[in-house]
Amino acid sequence: MSNNERSLELEEIALKPLVKPGLGYNIGLASLAVVVAVGVLFYAGQLWKGLSVTGMQNQVFWGLYITTFVYFIGISLAGTLVSAILRLSGQHWQSPVSRIAEVITGSALIGALLMVVIDMGRPERLLNIFIHGRIQSPLLWDVIAVNTYLFGSLLYLYIPMIPDLALCRDKLGESVSPIRQKIYRLLALGWQNTPEQKERLEKVIGIMSVVIIPAGIAVHSVTAWIFGMTLRSGWDTTILAPYFVVSAFFSGVAMVIVAMAIFRKAFGLEKYLTVDHFKKLGWLLIAMGLVYGYFNFAELLTEAYKVKGHELEFLSMFFTGRFSMLFWLFFLDCILLPVFLMVWPTTRNITGITIAGVLVVIGVWFKRYIFVIPTLSLANTPTYFDSAPYRASLPELSITMIGLAGFALLIALFFRFFPAIPVWEIANEWDKESAEISSINSVRLGKFKGGAK
Amino acid sequence: MNISRRSLLRGIGLIGLSTTVLPVIDKISGLDSKAVAGGTKNSGKEKLTKQWVRIIDLKKCDGCEGLGMEPQCMAADRSVYHRLEGEEWIDVKKVHGEGDSTYWMPIPCMHCENAPCVKVCPVGATYHSETGTVLVDNRKCIGCRFCLAACPYDRRFFYWEKRDASPKDAFAEYSPEFPLPPRMGTANKCVLCESFTKDGKLPACIGGCPRGAMYFGDLETDVATNGQEVVPLKKMLAEHNAYRYKEELGTKPRVYYLPGHGQEQGREPRE
Repeated sequence: MSNNERSLELEEIALKPLVKPGLGYNIGLASLAVVVAVGVLFYAGQLWKGLSVTGMQNQVFWGLYITTFVYFIGISLAGTLVSAILRLSGQHWQSPVSRIAEVITGSALIGALLMVVIDMGRPERLLNIFIHGRIQSPLLWDVIAVNTYLFGSLLYLYIPMIPDLALCRDKLGESVSPIRQKIYRLLALGWQNTPEQKERLEKVIGIMSVVIIPAGIAVHSVTAWIFGMTLRSGWDTTILAPYFVVSAFFSGVAMVIVAMAIFRKAFGLEKYLTVDHFKKLGWLLIAMGLVYGYFNFAELLTEAYKVKGHELEFLSMFFTGRFSMLFWLFFLDCILLPVFLMVWPTTRNITGITIAGVLVVIGVWFKRYIFVIPTLSLANTPTYFDSAPYRASLPELSITMIGLAGFALLIALFFRFFPAIPVWEIANEWDKESAEISSINSVRLGKFKGGAK
Repeated sequence: MNISRRSLLRGIGLIGLSTTVLPVIDKISGLDSKAVAGGTKNSGKEKLTKQWVRIIDLKKCDGCEGLGMEPQCMAADRSVYHRLEGEEWIDVKKVHGEGDSTYWMPIPCMHCENAPCVKVCPVGATYHSETGTVLVDNRKCIGCRFCLAACPYDRRFFYWEKRDASPKDAFAEYSPEFPLPPRMGTANKCVLCESFTKDGKLPACIGGCPRGAMYFGDLETDVATNGQEVVPLKKMLAEHNAYRYKEELGTKPRVYYLPGHGQEQGREPRE
């Protein structure tokens, strides 16, 4: 098949879901919307009655909302890793995945901001952060870092999409509503695929992929410091920032694998998201998982060896106590099983790697849970009043689902209107490849000629 | 005017830098105006008018067990500020000391000089008043509960639900010194009865103590009283081996404990 034919086929497959998505897709979208709507109703109740509708109290005052916030922050590193770090390291295989990764980043950051606002006792005073903001509060660092990263990520999502938006403008034509046509035209910024435009685009993408990395690392470090700047067992440790960055890479890659598996099936992208992509991301996943496991080990050993202060009480909650189930399951579910699935050749296929991804995506949420809750469960002082252990309430669960389902909904909606795989980039790769092959051939021919003399 | 694109960009960059970085430098070097007195005072280094401290004589405190009552400091706090169980601004706990001893330990807000809760507040709702007291402006608080996380003494609380104001407070004019009626979705803490001490009255917990175990004093003028006697403050601290709770954390608490019967001096009591 010539490059031209391949490109045409690619365009057709990529643009099909934009015109007429499948039935399953619509059902999925609707059920996510229902979950979000129920959560919003409960949230209205929370606004009226206060945070007392949740299971939180003065002892454990951060619960599912902050757990989910930390989780989303972690997920959001996916985009940076896949589309910036891999791009800079001269990889080319990741280009079909890069847009999915970038959209995950954007949606996760929006989800994180949403969870913080939901957690606030006085959401209507959100602007106080800008009016009365004080820079020595790590919370303010987080506001700055998350917004910078969100803005950068959206830009980094948009810029490489310009040629594809032009494609939508040119190819979709009457098959979509006039408003959408207008939006595509507007967003395409008059892209005509000229060599000059291409050169500029490549340059900007190159710059963005460098700029976005420190922003991504900053977000995760700063979020870690919200916890790390307190004087509490389990949080008061210097390893926290790098630990967050690694766990963010870990959960981010897992989320990309899961999203890839879903959109591959939903949009029929089997040809472009191949088993090769899954394997490469799978290796990356277990590499991150092992580093994460190592960080956990290093931290726990140094604490458990000395058992300073409250540490014994704290650690026994994990090893044998109330949170031990989740704690040990985490290592099984997020480190051992994925490693096994990747290392054993029989399961090193799309199904096996997707299962590994799903395990990690779920397991890391629970890991976040046992990051936030146990530390808060431990009283700093002997107290007169023993409060009941934290248990999330039903409204709290439902409100948390606004974030989780809303995150999935945002991603799904995005790909209803924009192509899931970067058509232009893939075609570009093909062109480069064939150019390389022809140049190699011509070199060979030249040798032949020389030899024949 | 002929400006090249490069110099225009450089100019914009410099303006951006000056608006973001310079204020940061100001704040790091301790010139942050908002950190003190809710933004009304100009400099954090300005001398405080008073430095209220509390001294708790552990020898005298028996948790009001001998009187067959609940700790009266807690009761006073509860009746003045309508505290509910589990959110007392002062807490009295029976703790175990060395050699099978037990003793009672009142744990109020320490009004730390280097207060972690003041540091982490993103909007300056928590601040040091002119007397060194740590107060919360419930009109500003966004309810993030970072201060609850920061406090190593667990003396920070949150209004989780809507509360009916008592008839008396319903018409009270709100001020951070007398933060009633309660405002849902905001943090709260001991105010060291700023509204009382202004008028020369003792804080409720100290006035309420039937044993005279708690002293209220001012480090600047070096006197303290428990309502029954007046003592030279620093001399008392020195003579009785005063210690501060969790001093190793560097929070510089403004509550001193006088040990006397088997306390692990300067260390945390065993639960």
